[in-house]
Amino acid sequence: MELATHSKISWCPGCPNNQILVAFRKAVTEMCEAGTLKEENIVASAGVGCHAKILDYLNMNTFNALHGRSIPPIEGMKAANPSLTVVAFSGDGDSYSEGLSHLIHSAQRNSDINVFIHDNQIFALTTGQATATSPKGFKGLTRPTGSIEDPIDPLRMMMNAGATFVARTYAGEMGKTKDIMKAAMAHKGMSFIDIAQPCITFFDTRDFYKDNIAWLPEDHDVTNLDAAYHATKQSDGKIPMGIFYQVLKPTFEEQL
Amino acid sequence: MNIWIIPPQKAMHSFFLGYAPFLPWNSGIMRHMETEKNNTPLVTVAVGGAAGDGIKEGGLHLSEIVQHIGCYVYMTPEYPSLIRGGHNYARLTYGDHPVHADHSMLDVIIATNAESVLLHRDGLKNDAVIFIDSPYAEHLKEISQNIVSLPMSEAAKEAGAPHAAGPSVGVGAYCYFAGLSREESEGIFGKVFGDILGGITMNVALALRGYDAAKASGLTPRLVFPIQNTDTQTGVLLEGNKAVALGFLSAGLEFFVGYPMTPASSILHFLAKESAKGKIKVIHPEDEITVINMALGIAYAGKRVAVSTATGGLALMQETFSLAGVSETPIALAISSRQGPATGAATRTSQGDLRFVISSGHGEFPRVVIAPGDPEEAFMAGQIALNFAWKFQTPAIVLLDKQLSESYQTSTVPSGNTEVTPHKKASGGEYLRYQYADDGVSPLAFPGTSNTKVKATSYEHDEFGIASDESDTVRAMQDKRWKKMEGIRSDARHFDTVKVYGDSSAKTAVLFWGSTKGPVLEAAAMIDTPLRLVQVLWMEPFPEEEVAKALDGADQIIDVEVNHNAQLAGLLREKTGIMCDEKILKYDARPFDPATLAKELQDKLKIS
Repeated sequence: MELATHSKISWCPGCPNNQILVAFRKAVTEMCEAGTLKEENIVASAGVGCHAKILDYLNMNTFNALHGRSIPPIEGMKAANPSLTVVAFSGDGDSYSEGLSHLIHSAQRNSDINVFIHDNQIFALTTGQATATSPKGFKGLTRPTGSIEDPIDPLRMMMNAGATFVARTYAGEMGKTKDIMKAAMAHKGMSFIDIAQPCITFFDTRDFYKDNIAWLPEDHDVTNLDAAYHATKQSDGKIPMGIFYQVLKPTFEEQL
Repeated sequence: MNIWIIPPQKAMHSFFLGYAPFLPWNSGIMRHMETEKNNTPLVTVAVGGAAGDGIKEGGLHLSEIVQHIGCYVYMTPEYPSLIRGGHNYARLTYGDHPVHADHSMLDVIIATNAESVLLHRDGLKNDAVIFIDSPYAEHLKEISQNIVSLPMSEAAKEAGAPHAAGPSVGVGAYCYFAGLSREESEGIFGKVFGDILGGITMNVALALRGYDAAKASGLTPRLVFPIQNTDTQTGVLLEGNKAVALGFLSAGLEFFVGYPMTPASSILHFLAKESAKGKIKVIHPEDEITVINMALGIAYAGKRVAVSTATGGLALMQETFSLAGVSETPIALAISSRQGPATGAATRTSQGDLRFVISSGHGEFPRVVIAPGDPEEAFMAGQIALNFAWKFQTPAIVLLDKQLSESYQTSTVPSGNTEVTPHKKASGGEYLRYQYADDGVSPLAFPGTSNTKVKATSYEHDEFGIASDESDTVRAMQDKRWKKMEGIRSDARHFDTVKVYGDSSAKTAVLFWGSTKGPVLEAAAMIDTPLRLVQVLWMEPFPEEEVAKALDGADQIIDVEVNHNAQLAGLLREKTGIMCDEKILKYDARPFDPATLAKELQDKLKIS
């Protein structure tokens, strides 16, 4: 199974997007080898931003949509052909800023799709402006004196919206990222993964994540929404990661 | 053959004879001339009242009834943007030959309140009859002697029917006035009162009560058209929106995505009902941007899909329309124009978006835009749009407007008229989504096909579908896409891109498009000067040769449009160099009234 293409990788050398790419290729390869996924039945989409380059490096069905619009096309694909497994790659600029409504409504209707957000907390391809997840005070090109807006909380937002699989992972932890991607693709319903992805050029958070990741304990109850909601934050400032929430509900496509 | 010359007698039911030009123009003379020249009188009836009074339903029932007595009808509902109150009316004009537009001067008004009658006061013919809900009869005594008081709201209340069933009483009274026997009327009521508030039986009872009340009032029936066999109808009552939806279905529609916006909503409503029958799947997502993006995903996955919206919704879809062009994803769009800019006059008509619609999307790529002028043309346009979208893998638009979308006309759409043009299929070997091809059309494959990677993209791309901004690739891919336009132009010649009505050798040509066809055909029937009536249906690709041929030899070209800037006249000049000599433009968010337009045309005619 050859998942690489003739395209040259044009991310910055050392960019954690490469790790997301490797994790995803591994996840797909393992699922295909295990017989839980057919190569021809997977479709990946993306919006526009650094994340979207991933499609050119994937030798599979892909649909490179517009900025902020990676999600509606895969909802259409899933409705048109329910045997497809559909994955939207997106970024924080792409789906927390530009196309936020699609993210929320796909969760509201529990469409059987997967949304993987490359969350680098910055518009990187446009060389450094604040997004909806940039911390307050972030000095970007559009507000050199520092952002005056509080960031959104994507995990809690998606739980409120009705997503039935909510997870966070760190791009640098390729093995865990691959496992969470596999769990998401195996899940029937709207699966959402926020992938912390340091931008090594404009907002390098690698050192922060090195010391501040807290994986969820094994006994975390993924079916308890209240527990999942509170587990997304820790009083010690560490960033909890793992699968916070996973329940089964009728999907949009089943009822259409 | 794409220029359709219609013999005058067929298109017009003869031009008038014996009309002396330059008579003072008023409604009395107009009526006289209609009768004298055509020998085929027209009857115009309005049902008026407040929103929530069942006005449109009353108009629809009357329209079906006159189709049962051998007549042809055109009905326009007019309403403001609100749910209760305000002033709504449904105006229908009928005759024993096809009618292409409703006229403004009323023979009868059926009103559920006094306000409606007062608002139409200047539009009443001298001998007009007013059917009024009884509580308001007293208020109107000063207006006319011909007032018939009917217990509309009272009868509905007594019968336990919804308030909106009241106009059924007026409909029944009208049948008495039109000369139908009580027995004939009852038979027709049973057929036309279908799925409405209160049920069939209740509405038949209300209508019969109206029939009896009109008879008891001492009103003399006015037998304009002899009553013939009432078992059959002259045609199907069809509005542009339903017609375009049927056209999509006839071309193999499998999915429909829409977001409600006047005046396009009823396309979505009709197809949602069809989806309940299991024929197609219909999705109403969160906004117009989602609508078109979802639709592209559906088409990418291999299902025939269409979307609909108003021109404001198309404005929201612009970037994705462009994505359809570059990704070569087949999609058909039904776009209905309403009076802008912005929210504008939300429930009123306009032809002010022609230039916007044909120029949709940033970047340069081929597209199809067809602007039908009546429901039968809208059906064909829907069928053509979906088929062209799939054959040429590019977006295709049917451009309607409020007047065409929501007005009903006696129509004939052949049942079983289906035409599903296949797409170009992949034939083995390494699959390249954007493979260079002599006709510009690359084979189309879908995800789920083994050993096939389908890579579609918004970026300019190589043949495999990987982003590329290399100058050679950028130029070659554009050349590939534009090659498709040659095929589109060639295939378009199988259809009516331009139609000519009236006298095709007349020295005066009238140029028009879209729903303005109706008033132009009606107005021309009131003028005895020979006129060459030229309708442009295809806006993109523009049928330069056909239009030039249709206008060849004309001494005078008069452009008639419902917009401020004469957009078709501008397009004609841009594409052919032909200039219109005169323009008659209306931009008050209402369609032309045939009689008023006839006067304006008469004023513009060169004195010969």
